[in-house]
Amino acid sequence: MIPAPFEYVAPTSVEEALQALSEHGDDAKVMAGGQSLLPVLRMRLNAPEWVIDLGRIDSMRGIRDDGDAIVIGATTTHHDVLNDALVKEHALLITKAATEVADAQIRHRGTFGGALAHADPAGDLGAPALALGAEFVIVGPGGTRTVAADDFFVDLFETAIGEDELLTEVRIPKHTGWGAHYEKFVRVAHQWPIVAVAATVKADGGTISEARVGLTNMGSTPLRAGGVEEALAGAAASEDGVREAAEKAVDGTNPPSDLNGSAEYRKHLAKVLTRRAVAAAAGG
Amino acid sequence: MTAVDDRPAISPEIGKDRRRKEDQRLITGRTRWTDNIALPGMLHLAMVRSPHAHAKILSIDIEAADKSLNIYEVFTGEHLAETQGVIANAWPITPDQVTPTHLPMATERVAFAGEIVAVVVARSAAEARDAAELVDVEYELLPAVLDLKEAAEDTVLAHPDLGTNKTAFWQLDSAGQGTGRPIDEVIAEARADGIVIEREYRQQRLIPAFMEPRSVVVDPTGEQITMWSATQIPHITRFLLAATTGVPESKIRVIAPDVGGGFGGKLQTTPEEWITWAVARKIGKPCKYTETRSESLISAHHGRDPWQKLTLAATKEGRVTGLKVDLLADLGAYVGVVGGGVPVLGAWMFNAIYKWDAYQFNCTPVLTNKTWVDAYRGAGRPEATYAVERLMDELAAEVGKDPLEVREMNWIKHEEFPFTTVAGMTYDSGNYEAATARAKEMFGYDALRAEQKQRRESGDRVQLGIGISTFTEMCGLAPSRVLGSLNYGAGGWEHATIRMLPTGKVEVITGASAHGQGHETAFSQIVADRLGVPFEDVEILHGDTQVSHKGLDTYGSRSLVVGGEALVLAADKVIEKAKPLAAHLLEANVDDLEFSNGRYSVAGTDQGMGIGEVALATFAAHNYPEGMEPGIDAEATYDPVNFSFPHGTHLCAAEVDTETGQVKLRKYVCVDDIGNIVNPLIVAGQVHGGLVQGIAQALWEEAVYDDSGTLVSGSFVDYLLPTAADTISFEIDHTTSPSTSNTLGTKGVGEAGTIASTPAVVNAIVDAIRQFGINDIQMPCTPERVWTALQGAGSGAATVEDAMPHFEAEEGQQ
Repeated sequence: MIPAPFEYVAPTSVEEALQALSEHGDDAKVMAGGQSLLPVLRMRLNAPEWVIDLGRIDSMRGIRDDGDAIVIGATTTHHDVLNDALVKEHALLITKAATEVADAQIRHRGTFGGALAHADPAGDLGAPALALGAEFVIVGPGGTRTVAADDFFVDLFETAIGEDELLTEVRIPKHTGWGAHYEKFVRVAHQWPIVAVAATVKADGGTISEARVGLTNMGSTPLRAGGVEEALAGAAASEDGVREAAEKAVDGTNPPSDLNGSAEYRKHLAKVLTRRAVAAAAGG
Repeated sequence: MTAVDDRPAISPEIGKDRRRKEDQRLITGRTRWTDNIALPGMLHLAMVRSPHAHAKILSIDIEAADKSLNIYEVFTGEHLAETQGVIANAWPITPDQVTPTHLPMATERVAFAGEIVAVVVARSAAEARDAAELVDVEYELLPAVLDLKEAAEDTVLAHPDLGTNKTAFWQLDSAGQGTGRPIDEVIAEARADGIVIEREYRQQRLIPAFMEPRSVVVDPTGEQITMWSATQIPHITRFLLAATTGVPESKIRVIAPDVGGGFGGKLQTTPEEWITWAVARKIGKPCKYTETRSESLISAHHGRDPWQKLTLAATKEGRVTGLKVDLLADLGAYVGVVGGGVPVLGAWMFNAIYKWDAYQFNCTPVLTNKTWVDAYRGAGRPEATYAVERLMDELAAEVGKDPLEVREMNWIKHEEFPFTTVAGMTYDSGNYEAATARAKEMFGYDALRAEQKQRRESGDRVQLGIGISTFTEMCGLAPSRVLGSLNYGAGGWEHATIRMLPTGKVEVITGASAHGQGHETAFSQIVADRLGVPFEDVEILHGDTQVSHKGLDTYGSRSLVVGGEALVLAADKVIEKAKPLAAHLLEANVDDLEFSNGRYSVAGTDQGMGIGEVALATFAAHNYPEGMEPGIDAEATYDPVNFSFPHGTHLCAAEVDTETGQVKLRKYVCVDDIGNIVNPLIVAGQVHGGLVQGIAQALWEEAVYDDSGTLVSGSFVDYLLPTAADTISFEIDHTTSPSTSNTLGTKGVGEAGTIASTPAVVNAIVDAIRQFGINDIQMPCTPERVWTALQGAGSGAATVEDAMPHFEAEEGQQ
């Protein structure tokens, strides 16, 4: 497993990184933790001339409270995210999903922003980010812009990040006190999800007042299950109470067929897992 | 010479939970894995492999690669010509077996995706790999035959020059060999007035997936050409290098240094070894080749992959009268070293622990344009065990009895041993009643049956199933005469040498070739007991043909039951050889000497001396009897008189989520009878590992090809190996029916768990959902297959031939 030769640069500031990107553009790949890029290079599925390593840019790492949101630096590792008290308090769904990413070794290397920027529809963090209405802070030669979660994921492995831009941080609006559950369906533990459902719910005395639901691997991007969310308002916080709403999980999905399951089977799973995820998030 | 033996009594080593003495170096990796070996001036190889399943090689342009930085040379098959030798099949199962010529490097035509067409030799492994991408091969695609059943029809040929894909037809017929009645008669009787169960089971293709990828280093600079290889079979490799490359055997030294697992996957002589051999000889410099995991998955031989057509005949009460087996076995593109012998090894095992009137086994190994298939942990016996244990559950369902009760009606009673089966094997010992009783007790069988009933009645979305596998196997390969009668190319003996060093230490040389089994520990225990020396004083040497000049290596659960017996014979010879010298030094009559706990003592006196003292006296040779040779080292070759027949009762409880089809193991209990146990800790490790490997066949692993012959499950992203997170804690125990055919009373255990567990798991799944009219789920029992069956759509179709696209990112960043 030896990658093709490449040049390597490890800038120590966002400005330096942008400079390197503008110089090498098409011939470069940006690396955060290497969770996905290193296997690609080692299996020689891609052979960029340059690898730009963001690992030494301290300002891109860390988690902070920013009023009505918490802000997660793009190169914060999954391990740091899932053990962070702020995230747990205000965005429990992220904690739950980060716990399910790959395995412990990978969680110590892979990063929050890297995984989102890779935009694998089977990645565990896209659906929770969508569900929580995350905002993506993107820096480029023209300055800083913020992209809403609904506009961030464009297609399979494609995001709103331009070729000369970097994702520096992700703002997660606080969902303090909301219940959360990430229901991941796999055949073996270290696998990407065949389907997963991210649900976070505000429940009041056994009734759901608000719900946010995201779907993993049900199309070429992570998906927001808007129909489910609407139907959940006012539903009883139990499996039976959310059963009907969960049936809407398949609306607008276009799941793949592969050796882990057909599209039809994934659609079925989406309904069952949505029901279970929402009920668990609501404590029902 | 002490007059009084005041040493503490030695507690026997056999039966002790010794921690493995080899683990420190194996686990830390500070050892001689083949890829760790670096020799002066060593060059590195990278292989160029065909991406096509079947194609004619029109041209190979090596110029760009040859001109790359630090490239020493690039060779094609034409360049190596006959110096590359040939990859041999050592077990032609019939005299007229159709066997395609298997050149290490293809010269005219490739027959599977992954076959080697060129080799790049460079100063570094990275440079070799880079240049390999520059070799430009022009192919003309040929029709490829990928499906086993289609291949058996011979419409498309894997090797057009052979005229057929069918390599042989091999039959075992109980009427023909006089061990039973004609099968067709028995089936006709059952059709008229009994039960006939007809099923077709699929054993999916598996990949051995040993931890250490294969690696080979060849040094041609000495008088002997030395090959280090991550192999299970250094002795067989040496023999076949001599036989196929024209180098005299005496000029060849093969070393299997520490080897990281094999599971049968390294029971092979490989194109990669032969090419490295040829290149090193040609250029006169040491060469190394280490495969990538991707290369390992596509080119190291695969396992299993038959279709099994089964007809079971029984009385209305559930007494089995006969079984007819029609087997199609996929061998892939070439016949490997054991090849068609693997499915044939199952021939004696379909009848398992049962007493039948008639039995017939028909086997047709078939060639396809896929990776070659050969031995994989259990080799032939898991397939047979799966079929019969699944069928016994089907029969129980048919007659409406508990599956354990139906088994008991049919199995050999413990007082009936030795018992000659309908297949013609004589089982020496066993006690199926005892193992089953213990397993039931540990499992809480009745309580789980009650819970199952309750869940059924309440319509719980999680249904519980109980799967049973009362397996046996034949292992300890093998009596040489039996192998000879089967046309196998070698014997089944094993060799051992014991060297008594002057300092009292003992060097033991075995012809078995450990690759993770723990031989150094277990064999030390055997020798320590036999010679009465401390465990720590015994050193086990193996795997180097210059040290261990004679041996038949490690596979088929043979190392303890065959290799261990050779140790016993050699140790006994040492004791006998040293006796005259001890008598001489003790000034006693040889006949008055007794040997126990490492000491010769003169009967009726307090005179005696330790065997270490005799070893030192032998070394000094100052004083020894007239006519005696001053040496007490000894060697021995043991040829087993019979196979060994471990057995056990495995009980598995599985929960099936009827909404998703997901299967979760709830409880797994096994009680294996493997005779006397040398090291219970090593046995537990073998059983646990074996169980997981067998369970993985039931639930997770499958080598999937697309319709162009590309291996879709070509990385561990898609070839699903379980980890500890996916399994449960197993509860294991043993009953003991010592083998009567060897002195230690041991039976093999290396393959037992793998053989037994697969049907236990599938039986549990089917048992959970049989109430919905389901009587089979095709392996691996994926959630989708189970769910599809629950929707009333059969036992499952072929797996969709597409991988998840995680790594094809061109657009993604970071």
